[in-house]
Amino acid sequence: MDMKVADRGVTMSGHETGQPVTRNEQANHELSIRVRDLNLWYGETQALKNINIDVFQKDITALIGPSGCGKSTFLRCLNRMNDLIPSVKLEGLIEMDGRNVNEVKMDEVALRRRVGMVFQKPNPFPKSIYENVAYAPRMHDLVSRKADQDELVERALRDAGLWNEVKDKLHEPGTSLSGGQQQRLCIARAIAVQPDVILMDEPTSALDPISTATIEDLMDKLKQQFTIITVTHNMQQAARVADYTAFFHLGEIVEYNDTKTMFANPHTKKAEDYITGRYG
Amino acid sequence: MRQSFDEISAQLKRRHRKSARLKWMSMGALGLAGVFLVFFFTDMLIKGLPAFQQAQIQVQVDYNEMAQEIPLAAVEEEVRPLVSRGYLRLIPGRMEDNADLLGTTRMEWVLADGQVDQYLKGHHNNLSASEQAVVDELAANGRAELKFNTTFFSRGDSKMPELAGIASAAMGTVMTLLVTLVVAFPIGVMTAVYLEEFAPDNRFTQIIEININNLAAIPSILFGLLGLAIFINFFGVPRSSPLVGGLTLALMTLPVIIISTRTALRSVPEDIRHAAFGVGCSRWQVVRDHVLPVSMPGIMTGSIIGLAQAMGETAPLIIVGMVAFIPDVSATITEAATVLPAQIFTWAGEPDRAFTEKTAGGILVLLTILITLNATAVVLRKKFERRW
Amino acid sequence: MQTNQLILLFSGALLVLGLIAFFMGRAKAAKVRAAGTAMYAQPDQYAWFAALATAGPAVAVGAIGSFALLLMGAEIPTLYLLAGSLVVAAAGMMVAMMQVRPDFHARKAIEKTIRWILAGAAMISIFTTFGILFSIITEALRFFQMEGFWDFITGTTWNPGASFLAAAGRAEEGATAAEFGSVPLFAGTFMITLVAMLVAIPVGLMSAIYMSEFAPARVRTIAKPVLEVLAGIPTVVYGFFAAITVAPIIVDVAGAFGLEASFNNALAPGIVMGIMIIPFISSLSDDVINAVPDSMRQGSLALGMTRAETIKDVVVPAALPGIISASLLAMSRALGETMIVVMAAGMRPNLTANPLEDMTTVTVRIVAALTGDQEFASAETLSAFALGLVLFVVTLALNMVSVIMIRRFREKYRSNNL
Repeated sequence: MDMKVADRGVTMSGHETGQPVTRNEQANHELSIRVRDLNLWYGETQALKNINIDVFQKDITALIGPSGCGKSTFLRCLNRMNDLIPSVKLEGLIEMDGRNVNEVKMDEVALRRRVGMVFQKPNPFPKSIYENVAYAPRMHDLVSRKADQDELVERALRDAGLWNEVKDKLHEPGTSLSGGQQQRLCIARAIAVQPDVILMDEPTSALDPISTATIEDLMDKLKQQFTIITVTHNMQQAARVADYTAFFHLGEIVEYNDTKTMFANPHTKKAEDYITGRYG
Repeated sequence: MRQSFDEISAQLKRRHRKSARLKWMSMGALGLAGVFLVFFFTDMLIKGLPAFQQAQIQVQVDYNEMAQEIPLAAVEEEVRPLVSRGYLRLIPGRMEDNADLLGTTRMEWVLADGQVDQYLKGHHNNLSASEQAVVDELAANGRAELKFNTTFFSRGDSKMPELAGIASAAMGTVMTLLVTLVVAFPIGVMTAVYLEEFAPDNRFTQIIEININNLAAIPSILFGLLGLAIFINFFGVPRSSPLVGGLTLALMTLPVIIISTRTALRSVPEDIRHAAFGVGCSRWQVVRDHVLPVSMPGIMTGSIIGLAQAMGETAPLIIVGMVAFIPDVSATITEAATVLPAQIFTWAGEPDRAFTEKTAGGILVLLTILITLNATAVVLRKKFERRW
Repeated sequence: MQTNQLILLFSGALLVLGLIAFFMGRAKAAKVRAAGTAMYAQPDQYAWFAALATAGPAVAVGAIGSFALLLMGAEIPTLYLLAGSLVVAAAGMMVAMMQVRPDFHARKAIEKTIRWILAGAAMISIFTTFGILFSIITEALRFFQMEGFWDFITGTTWNPGASFLAAAGRAEEGATAAEFGSVPLFAGTFMITLVAMLVAIPVGLMSAIYMSEFAPARVRTIAKPVLEVLAGIPTVVYGFFAAITVAPIIVDVAGAFGLEASFNNALAPGIVMGIMIIPFISSLSDDVINAVPDSMRQGSLALGMTRAETIKDVVVPAALPGIISASLLAMSRALGETMIVVMAAGMRPNLTANPLEDMTTVTVRIVAALTGDQEFASAETLSAFALGLVLFVVTLALNMVSVIMIRRFREKYRSNNL
């Protein structure tokens, strides 16, 4: 077991314990994103320190930690949304499909097509429900005929568990839906372009408990097709849905472990304190 | 089948090109506006700067008895058409004022005719070939020169371009704006104070607010119609006077002052009001002693901008008759007067080409004042800007 | 002038009375307080109250009296009126003196008065609107009594040339009857406005897009005020520029293409007006584009859209109500713009679709009708008010629609900075 982890280079960036990280991942899992020695600054302030992590395909990886710990910042590095902030400076390797996503030759638009994102607050476009889903695939030339497009929209909405609720009002504005429905519409929009990875930035923090449960079920289904990395504030959610959990603290990954171990038997004191609610 | 980065990048080429095109096009649009601005100012400078110089020629002025009756006789026949007739007309008066002049002959620099001025500046002119030859000779002997044009700043309008100046229009502008300020500033500030600090949130208040916003969007010429029908025909305010012009502009400026004052009042934090109420101030005392003093810079800035706008306004003033021909500077608000933009308008309509340069010169003066005013407003705002 | 002196005298007397009231009020209040009685207000407040009570009613009486004099033609000699006002002032002073009592709330009385004065100031803006409406409508009605309303709206010939003869009672001497068909004027106005919008909307909108979506912060801080300069240039200056510089260029350019253009062509004032309006559109559009939530842009970019696609398909549609609202405001400005067209457009009512020809506009005719040596009651002069009425209604309607649209937009994105 330890051998295998070492092979994959899963190392801890936290150095308090010196304990190796154990991961019992299934054999069929392949590497999706490899991050090595990632450092990030906002102007003079260092927000991410020496991040090393491997994310595996068709798993749900949860990033937890107190607010301001850098988990969202890290998530946004993975599809280069941080490019939009001029003061951000970045060092280190983020590798996907054998390519460094930060290299000059990498087209960030292409990257974002393969790494989709769902945001904290639902942000449907000011278009109809149908157009919200159909817009991106059409622009990406994923569909050519109207019938294909209809089919794709239906499939995406079905996958997002929204089809039955909206099939009769596809041409009403996306903003007319409830918060939970809007968030599922945003998920449908993301999966309609068939990305490899879906990043979710606290996707349920703006939603009521019932909508949250729906989205959690949905995540569980979606991991059949997609690699999901989710940031969450809610530790129970991480425990419920995630296969692996990374605990961030002050811009560092203190512990990265499979979720069961993380919650039952964390290897680091900090993670334990956080999980047991001593701070956070 | 999912695609690799390279496959996707290849498909994206066309879309990236389109994206770049939008960026360049939008940049071009902004650039176009900038290019226009540069073109406009260059054009005005080229056309207007010569107005600040005026031709003078050195001639022998003979203060004889005949000149008292016929001023033309004071100068030699050869240069007679080259000297400003307006200048010659002043000679008898000067001889009356100064009896010693009679019988003397002096070499003097005198104002040249407008055509000489245009000829020396290389513009189109009506001088005959022989006259041009005389001017050339004078110029060769250093007796014809372009000198700084003091007349332009010291005299009123004239039908002779060499004697036309902006002094009476400038005086008219000052008086008109004074009326505007005296009327619009207190009413505007009071209205804003009422709406922000006193008014209950009811129908009536909403109507006033909507009304003020609409007033700000009404074409200025309609204010002229109001001035004509109400102030002149109804109340009998003298036509063409700074009083009627100032009142009309005051109504136009009112919304600007009200809106900017409200913004200034609104930016005063509630804490200050609560603190003042807490020590037992009445509402009016709170406004007078605490809110107004801290919002004064904002109010001043808005008022300066409003005045600058009023200063450039022409259309309503034309309607109330402020395009009068005013050769002399007058200083009462009930006499006929003109203002700078109206003077520009009048000169722009003169057929004599020499007036084109005067027009552009007047424009340069007006723009300089306006830019100074607006810059003052910006500096004021920067200096007193507070972050609460 | 005698009236002037009288008014001066009156104001002086009132001022003196007010000052007397102020000091007497204060003295009395101070005396009462010195005697050891607790009072509701400060002596100064009693003093202010006394001064207000003296001057306020007197000014009111004077104002009402002069209104009666002017409006109803009441036969009150000015001298009596002013004397009456002074008597009222004296009476006000007496009453105020009696009110200087410990149990009188002078401060509240002052607050109330000030409130009324402020509300009165706020009413001025209402009066202005009514003044405009009233003056335009009454004179326009007089015009429509002379010339039919229907002919005015649908007529295609504007030829007021002979109307001054009719006003002088010599209608028969005029060679042709005056005609007031406003269609050519509106056509000209519309043409020039159209040209202006064709210049202003693309340039203004694209500039706004560049400034809010692409430009680095430094460019933005410079470009915004520079654009505002365009809006600060007086229209009379633009008019001169259009007539002297732009119109000849257009004639030359048209000539190069073998087209004949008039020196008073509609293109020159239209283009210059468009340039003037650019900052209106760009600054309002910039505001609404900035008010579109960033999450909208991120949502689109995260789907692998390019910058331009995000702007074109997400940001601009979201900001569209605001952009339309800005364009309507700009259009209302173009319709009512006067100096540029007076100086650069033609005087000849001309119903044509060729912008290279000269044509005239509503505002040009208003100015022309009111600057001649016409009898005020002539149909030509009054026609200016009829034209003004239409202009008023159209610009007001445009403004209203624009306000409603921007309000919808604001509610949608709950943005308060518009």
